[in-house]
Amino acid sequence: MNANPARFALRDIPRLPLSAFRAGVIGAVKEGKTLLALCAMPAGQNMILCAALGLRRKGEIEIVLSEPVGDSYPALTPDCPQAHLFEREIAEQYDIRPEGHPWLKPVRFHQPRRQGASVFPGAPRPGVCDYFAMSGESVHEVAVGPVHAGIIEPGHFRFQCNGEHVFHLEIELGYQHRGIETALAANPKRRLFYMEAAAGDTTIAHTTAYCRALQALSGASADERTDALRAAALELERLANHTGDLGAMAGDIGYLPTMSFCGRLRGDYLNMTALLCGSRFGRGLFGEKGAKHELSIDTASELLNRLSRTARDTETAIDLLWDTPSVLARFEETGKLAPQIARQLGLVGPAARACGMKLDARRDFPTGYYSKNPLEPALCHTGDVYARARVRWLEIRNSLETVQRAAQQAVGPLEPEDTGSLAPESMAVALEEGWRGEICHLARTDKNGLLDFYKVTDPSFKNWAGLAMSLRDQQVSDFPLCNKSFNLSYCGHDL
Amino acid sequence: MLKALKARIQQKYRTVPFPKGKGVVPPLLRAKPEIKSAKCSHCGKCADACPTQALALQQNGPTIDAGLCLFCGECAAVCPSKAITFTNDFRLAANSKDALVFPSGHKLAQPLKPELLKLFARSLKLRQVSAGGCGACEADTNVLSTVVFDLARFGVQFVASPRHADGLLITGPVTKNMESALLDTYNALPEPKIVIAVGACAISGGMFCGHNETAGIPGNIPVSLYVPGCPPHPLTILDGILRLLGQMPRGR
Repeated sequence: MNANPARFALRDIPRLPLSAFRAGVIGAVKEGKTLLALCAMPAGQNMILCAALGLRRKGEIEIVLSEPVGDSYPALTPDCPQAHLFEREIAEQYDIRPEGHPWLKPVRFHQPRRQGASVFPGAPRPGVCDYFAMSGESVHEVAVGPVHAGIIEPGHFRFQCNGEHVFHLEIELGYQHRGIETALAANPKRRLFYMEAAAGDTTIAHTTAYCRALQALSGASADERTDALRAAALELERLANHTGDLGAMAGDIGYLPTMSFCGRLRGDYLNMTALLCGSRFGRGLFGEKGAKHELSIDTASELLNRLSRTARDTETAIDLLWDTPSVLARFEETGKLAPQIARQLGLVGPAARACGMKLDARRDFPTGYYSKNPLEPALCHTGDVYARARVRWLEIRNSLETVQRAAQQAVGPLEPEDTGSLAPESMAVALEEGWRGEICHLARTDKNGLLDFYKVTDPSFKNWAGLAMSLRDQQVSDFPLCNKSFNLSYCGHDL
Repeated sequence: MLKALKARIQQKYRTVPFPKGKGVVPPLLRAKPEIKSAKCSHCGKCADACPTQALALQQNGPTIDAGLCLFCGECAAVCPSKAITFTNDFRLAANSKDALVFPSGHKLAQPLKPELLKLFARSLKLRQVSAGGCGACEADTNVLSTVVFDLARFGVQFVASPRHADGLLITGPVTKNMESALLDTYNALPEPKIVIAVGACAISGGMFCGHNETAGIPGNIPVSLYVPGCPPHPLTILDGILRLLGQMPRGR
């Protein structure tokens, strides 16, 4: 048991027989713990399973490992739906078959990292494998993507419908797979840049999670001003994306005023991040040794001036949504996700909070600035597009306040954080609340203190299934709006 | 309705005066590299620091291949004699990969051939394909259609179908999983057509160069414009497109 970011000596982590590992993880999730990550990893000549679990009400993180698995093991998914995509990933990455998995398909369509059970023989390609299908006289299938009608990342969507009515949507990704996880351990010089580009709109959150993992492994203490700067940058990232999303949702239903206002305002927030470091996405703001740019008093006052002007315009732009009947008519009751489904799937971020799930890593596993400035998660309960929009607006208001306070605390000279040497044979888990939800980074070092295993879990990995479920009993034409209301990352999922 | 009108008045006119004006970018933006070869002590620290081998130490000092460069500034930070700086001059786009090499090889993009210019100078419809892009190049391309840059005033628009397009704008290192979809899209464009590669990934693989999972833009797709950056600033992209269409005022 450990607080975020958590470090564990490998020898202290319990190694359970497979049956106890399986029962332990399933039991923990039933008791209300979150399955932060589940993966297979090499251990000497063998493969073992690894689960990271989080207990929100105490802010505790634990890791459990299994004894060596062969080429197969009994799947957890039938008793623990949160594990569904993680187990497909295990099958694809290390060629280990989770026996009894209800829908065993590749996740990212790449060659396995080791040869094992030949779970997916013959190199399957995305877009040409078996899909969940229905049959019947008037049932038909609609296939969309990978190339979509807009400037958007690629993914493939299969709808089973009757006319406009959608029975089921299956989402198949993998087109964006760039091999980040395996390259992370192999190419230390590029590691920071892989983190910055894991999901290009979530640069600050992923970079911060990476730095926290290094802090945990090195025992380096975080600089207080750097932490304040991290919070300011993280909330600016949230402001830009949430504002952009609300504008895009307005655009999808043809409500043009908010769409065009928010298109500009999003850029204003990005430009505030650029004021700090030169990059609109926060590239080059943080590195392994802390922040690369100090915040001067002049820059801070320019930032806060811009922030208050932009905040006012954001309020007017978004307020129009709640006052316009044609907007509400499209938002309400569209893409409704039942809270119990969201819980079973282990959703995170605004999509989960829109279903009334009170979870936010900034409150549940706080680090740095958030440990001293507790934050109350923004909640809605209806689980529809309206709720996902409303939660974003509530979070925008919180973030505006946070940037204002954190930026003032960040002014002044910064201390470098000494993450140079990492503890050998250890593991670390770092959680960060990105604008899409909880990001989990899991790292392991070898006997020389070098990273030999790294796993990134973007919130999109957990939330894509939520989008699929929200489309049930909706119309095909509701898809763009529902998709935008989740606005998940393709590359963050595909890595 | 009245509230929307009032909001419209409050939000003001927001389109940037570019290319008439020079274009405002963040003071700290890392764009055009400036290399003072005379200052170089050949210590090699810059080449060691470069994550993508965009920087090569030659006999007469360092060269930077902007098509591979992440503009991370690590080389400038480690140089003991301050021979390398990244200025915020955002004008970078070129017609060939060779024309992206600083300091001596860089040549700003020239307009298309007259027969293509006649067709596209005042109306260019682009189809965008993200092929492994992280979303940053896509976002800074997307933003060109907002009121801030108002791309449509130059006759340039992004369209939903390749059949309606005159050109393809590619972002991302072209993952193996996207290679055939990209080729299909390119082939679906009617002739004559042009291709624009935006960002280090699309030009050279960028930080993913050498990965087994990426393939790069297929050799049989000819590229007319390369826009370097990771990601490029929106004005770098706009500047490149306007140069290609011969819409940049004289002397700029």
